[in-house]
Amino acid sequence: MISDLFSATVIIGIISSGIRLATPYLFASIGEMFGQRSGVLNLGVEGQMLLGAFFAFYITLKTGNLWFGVLAAMAVGALMGLAMAFVTVNLHATQGISGIGFYLFGMGMSNLLFQKLIGTVEGVKGFQKISIPLLGKIPVIGDIFFNQNALVYLAFLLIPIAWFVLNKTTLGLKIRAVGENPEAADSLGVSVAGIRYLTVIMGGVFSGIAGASLSIALLNVFQQNMTAGQGFIAVALVYFGSWKPFGILTGALLFSLINALQLWIQVLGIPIPSELAVMMPYILTILVLTLSVSKGRGPSALTKVFEREG
Amino acid sequence: MKKVFTIVSVLLVLAMFLGACAQTPVAEPPAAVEEPTQPLRIAVVSPSSINDLAFTQSISDALIVLKAEMGDGLEYAFTENMFVVDDAAAAIRDYASKGYDIVIAHGSQYGSSLQEIAPDFPNTVFAWGTTVDTFGMPNVHAYEAASDQGGYVNGVMAGMLTESKIIGVVGPIETGDAKLYVDGFVAGVKSVDPSIDVRVTYIGSFSDIALAAEAANTHISAGADILTGSAQMVVGAIGKAEESGLYWFGTQANQNGYSQKTVVASQVYHWEGILREIIALRAAGTMGGQTFSATLQNGGQVITINPEIELSQEVKTKVEEVIAGINDGSIVIPKP
Repeated sequence: MISDLFSATVIIGIISSGIRLATPYLFASIGEMFGQRSGVLNLGVEGQMLLGAFFAFYITLKTGNLWFGVLAAMAVGALMGLAMAFVTVNLHATQGISGIGFYLFGMGMSNLLFQKLIGTVEGVKGFQKISIPLLGKIPVIGDIFFNQNALVYLAFLLIPIAWFVLNKTTLGLKIRAVGENPEAADSLGVSVAGIRYLTVIMGGVFSGIAGASLSIALLNVFQQNMTAGQGFIAVALVYFGSWKPFGILTGALLFSLINALQLWIQVLGIPIPSELAVMMPYILTILVLTLSVSKGRGPSALTKVFEREG
Repeated sequence: MKKVFTIVSVLLVLAMFLGACAQTPVAEPPAAVEEPTQPLRIAVVSPSSINDLAFTQSISDALIVLKAEMGDGLEYAFTENMFVVDDAAAAIRDYASKGYDIVIAHGSQYGSSLQEIAPDFPNTVFAWGTTVDTFGMPNVHAYEAASDQGGYVNGVMAGMLTESKIIGVVGPIETGDAKLYVDGFVAGVKSVDPSIDVRVTYIGSFSDIALAAEAANTHISAGADILTGSAQMVVGAIGKAEESGLYWFGTQANQNGYSQKTVVASQVYHWEGILREIIALRAAGTMGGQTFSATLQNGGQVITINPEIELSQEVKTKVEEVIAGINDGSIVIPKP
């Protein structure tokens, strides 16, 4: 039975499922990472994802244009980010609590809008799979990696781009400085508030796209609370990935691949209770985290309010 | 680093919790409108939304039917999305204290709350499901769906239609009417051909559409040519069946219209019969103590075949035979 897991069908199946499952996490976690690197913990990701998922779905349903749907998700994510930035940067609200508040708002609002504007579960024609010329024709690998929809490619492209922005640009330097030592950054003329607004709004935009990747690319349906806790996993993955884009990629893939693996274990009838199987991704993620404790620390100013002296 | 670990652990647990229990804790204040004509007043508290194409929709549809029959003689209120049991308990108590005649707690998780609330309102009829336990209280009814019956009929159809001899099941959590449905379905398939491989997955959530969709993808990659599943997260799985041109069998509410070329048949719950009985009993002075079961025989569940899917006469005849057999007791659905 266990040996069934090592057939080509199963391995290809696990990897392609894992890639699809990882996609929303990548968008949301990368967005969250920028916020945290500048010192703002946003626990409202789940709410931003739900609103993003709703608006992407609704606009696509009404206009038939998927990219309008993505833009709508980005816009509503940006608005949510703007509100979060205002509350935490200007009003100095506790980040954890206000994030939970925005989560509840996003969930309630997406429910309400769904009931008032759509009212019943229906589907849309979402992003279709695009086979990359030549690469898509490679046996096995082509099917897994180069036969996905546009938002999946975008999610994976985002990783090196985020790494580059964070480590190789002046903007990235400013973000890191604001997150490590806002007083020093401020004394050198960097606008702490400005950078935090930027990163938190950007985080909202990416969370919005994460929601869209569910409602108009991977599932093509909207249902209340459809993110089912993924926004919180995304925040956890930022910690798991030590606030680094490639660390986040590793974490997201690990979590998603194990989730795909446990589905296969159930499908192949390997005698493990289903309750135990569904716990596997969570348990293993915590285990890996425990075993790699030395992996570095978070931004020093994370969750700390910055107030200019004098 | 210890702090980091703590935060991550808390987040993971929170996410697991949210993933597992699913619905949305947004309360709608119960609307209580006084009518001079004294109509019968029914209130429902339920865990998911009235358009979930599944469990909550089934009771909402039943009230819509009753409202059409009784017109001004019935007034009903609905509080949906009560996944937090404490919120549900508050809503149940609220309705009872506002003088609703019948309060329906549509979720087996509401049992212990009801046990506390019901004795305080002896003049209110309470009903809860899906369960068979009335706590021995004089004003509590219990109702359940014999969903293994419809599951069995769906399973027979699936067993006759499969070509790959592999059938996939996408279940939520191994409990309640979902488990009953899945067990009945498996028994139905096996009654056609014991060699057919029915593979059952439970994804550990009633709401994680993404994981339900991936479970469907996994079944499809593993060679399944027919899928079924229970609870509101299956819309993700139906979408994947549709993309691959496979058949789907539905349960709880009528899913046939959701995907015209995919859903072969749905077992649809019709709670209105049970509600009519509860209303009649109340008029006759019985406030509770009864256990009701929605079966194929009493019309509490109906197999609705999608007219858009062409089925052979052989399959149609077999379905009628099986339903008749379950009703007259000649077919006994084996328990696993």
